[in-house]
Amino acid sequence: MNKLFGILLAVIGGFALGGIALYRAEPINSLWIIVALVCVYLLGYRFYAAWIVSKVYLVDPTRATPAERLNNGRDFVPTQRWVAFGHHFAAIAGPGPLVGPTLAAQFGYLPGTLWIIIGSVLGGCVQDMTMLMLSMRRDGRSLGQMARDELGPVGGFAALIGTLMIMIILIAVLGLVVVNAMKHSPWATSTVFATIPVAILVGFYMRSLRPGRVLEATAIGVALIGLSVFGGGWIDQQPTLRAMFDYPGVSLAGFVIVYGWLAAILPVWLLLAPRDYLSTFLKLGTVFLLAIAILLMHPQIKMPAMTQFVDGTGPLFTGKVFPFVFITIACGAVSGFHALISSGTTPKLISNERDVRLIGYGSMALESLVAIMAMIAATLLDPGVYFAINVGGGIVGATPDAAVHTITGWGFPVTADQMAKLAHDMGETTLFARTGGAPSLAVGMASIFGSTFGRGLLSVWYHFAIMFEAVFILTTIDAGTRVGRFMLQDLLGHISAPLGRTSWYPSVIISSSLIVAGWGYFLYIGVIDPNGGINILWPLFGISNQMLAAIALSVSTAIIIKTANKKAYAWVTGAPLAWLATVTTVAAWQKVMSVDPKLGFFAGADDMAAKLAAGALSADKAAVAPQLIFNQRLDGWLTIFFTAVLWFVILDMSRICLRRLRGLPVPKSCEAPYQPTKLEGVEVAAGLHGALGSH
Amino acid sequence: MSNPTSGDWAVLRWLAAAWRYLRAVSGDDAYDRYLVHHACEHAGEPAMTRKTFFADRQRQKWTGVTRCC
Repeated sequence: MNKLFGILLAVIGGFALGGIALYRAEPINSLWIIVALVCVYLLGYRFYAAWIVSKVYLVDPTRATPAERLNNGRDFVPTQRWVAFGHHFAAIAGPGPLVGPTLAAQFGYLPGTLWIIIGSVLGGCVQDMTMLMLSMRRDGRSLGQMARDELGPVGGFAALIGTLMIMIILIAVLGLVVVNAMKHSPWATSTVFATIPVAILVGFYMRSLRPGRVLEATAIGVALIGLSVFGGGWIDQQPTLRAMFDYPGVSLAGFVIVYGWLAAILPVWLLLAPRDYLSTFLKLGTVFLLAIAILLMHPQIKMPAMTQFVDGTGPLFTGKVFPFVFITIACGAVSGFHALISSGTTPKLISNERDVRLIGYGSMALESLVAIMAMIAATLLDPGVYFAINVGGGIVGATPDAAVHTITGWGFPVTADQMAKLAHDMGETTLFARTGGAPSLAVGMASIFGSTFGRGLLSVWYHFAIMFEAVFILTTIDAGTRVGRFMLQDLLGHISAPLGRTSWYPSVIISSSLIVAGWGYFLYIGVIDPNGGINILWPLFGISNQMLAAIALSVSTAIIIKTANKKAYAWVTGAPLAWLATVTTVAAWQKVMSVDPKLGFFAGADDMAAKLAAGALSADKAAVAPQLIFNQRLDGWLTIFFTAVLWFVILDMSRICLRRLRGLPVPKSCEAPYQPTKLEGVEVAAGLHGALGSH
Repeated sequence: MSNPTSGDWAVLRWLAAAWRYLRAVSGDDAYDRYLVHHACEHAGEPAMTRKTFFADRQRQKWTGVTRCC
């Protein structure tokens, strides 16, 4: 029966993939992509993931998990598998898979789509599941602790520093996305601002009014946020109120920075926790709605399979399709960040080792489905419109006429009237040069929702989509700043003991300020960059994220070599590691060494410095040039640093593996000893068996 | 509420299961589950109040990496 099912899936999936391959000359329907993807994921889940857990990790359903052995009713709690799946998916799903595919669409829909499918099935899902498995066998240890235990103190330190740096770049780039979405848009700005008092209200409700009534509080909050989308539309119509929410990028960056700092030092119940509940519900609700709408509408993809920009001359960001499509898609296929969630929080919830496949592999497959939906939303737009929204004025020209002329010249026809009408439909004054991915995704989502659920509300759908992305991103900014603060305090604790105390207020203020200053700097530079900033920051984020994934896969490979029955199984994590290390290193090499000023950080800095010295820059560009020059050099050094950390960990891992293969002593693998489980399926999270928990 | 078992009640059973799932996945029923756990493992000792339990749980949740990109 299983075999028959597998063959059926393979046939349908192969048919759909063949369809994608054959329809290259004319527009393709997005349904082909969805069908191919779902078939490949089911095959990967049913066969590859099942093989890995049974042969490589020797999953044992009779073995007690830490949730059972250390059950304390709080963080260690045996949890029904679909509930744990929900928790895990909510934790890993972030704005990255929405932004990355939108940017990668400049290469055409095919390269990004293929990498999302292949990268997740063989890389991302395997990494998440592996980390979950290894951490669960080690009582829920974090990636950093496992790196220290299995590789040694140096590997552990590298993992910690790497995580801290990626966090700073991540927050900056996401802050830039949200600032660009709100820039000179009173509707978007007022709606996003309104979510702050709503979150505080929800916080009070859950803390004092009706403690712990999560669903009541969230329902009230989501309703208020829905109202604020309409309220923003009303404000947009009032001339005086409108002016109060009309800000340039720099002021909005200031707001985001102050907000992030406050959110990091205020008690979590006030802002962070309630915002997280709201954003999780919005996130899951919107993704679900989008999936239904795409299935109902199954739009045609208008972007070509591949554009001429695969040669490296792309206007959103420079660089050839190899390696930059992999760096740009990042979280939609493989995300190093997930290793932090998969080690630490989720492993403490797993009630039976069997569930690891669903929770680890399944959640990431679903996450990459979100990435595919973002790819569809970006590529259903007319390519001319897509480029007009996503390319900075510094590249296509600052006026609408100049921009449409340049873009039409690339072979993607678009007119100023068309853009003006689109902006009017979406309730915005202009949609030109709204870089960062959020506005173009919102236009795509609004078209999907509009044609599925009624076109009359296009502008409301657009601002709903913007608000949804912003709420999502602000939650990551809050939570990321706080996590960064803890990591920094951990590091500072080695210098001075009081600084390491997470509850000592001066230390809280100092470390929070340092983290906020770190990402605030990159955010500010991104905002003043006339080319939109995202073209510099996103590749840096992609490189750091893939580097973290490579670190997680290194730790995994070392553990497999130490513990697996057959050492040869190490290719399960070793192969994706080799690929990610290659991609990251080639991308980093090009970003550092290229003499093309649009690609190389140092070349870009030198080019701008030469133009500045020759007086060839316009007055406004000359004013910000010194900061941009410094920033490009800094980005270059950061890239070198990331690559060095990565290779350090890989070499350390290779050293351990070689010693183990030669039979020399290595740090002992810290797997918790076997204890038989006393749990039976039905006892887990009482009351959930029945319709949802039939296994 | 009665506990519907016959086939006619399938929709209701599904709705009830969906509601239980929503409560579990959102953490709405966390205190109820804590009380069950406490009664089994630490019988006789005083349990945390609802308010203290949620304050404690929230503090614990936000001390590690819980959200992603």
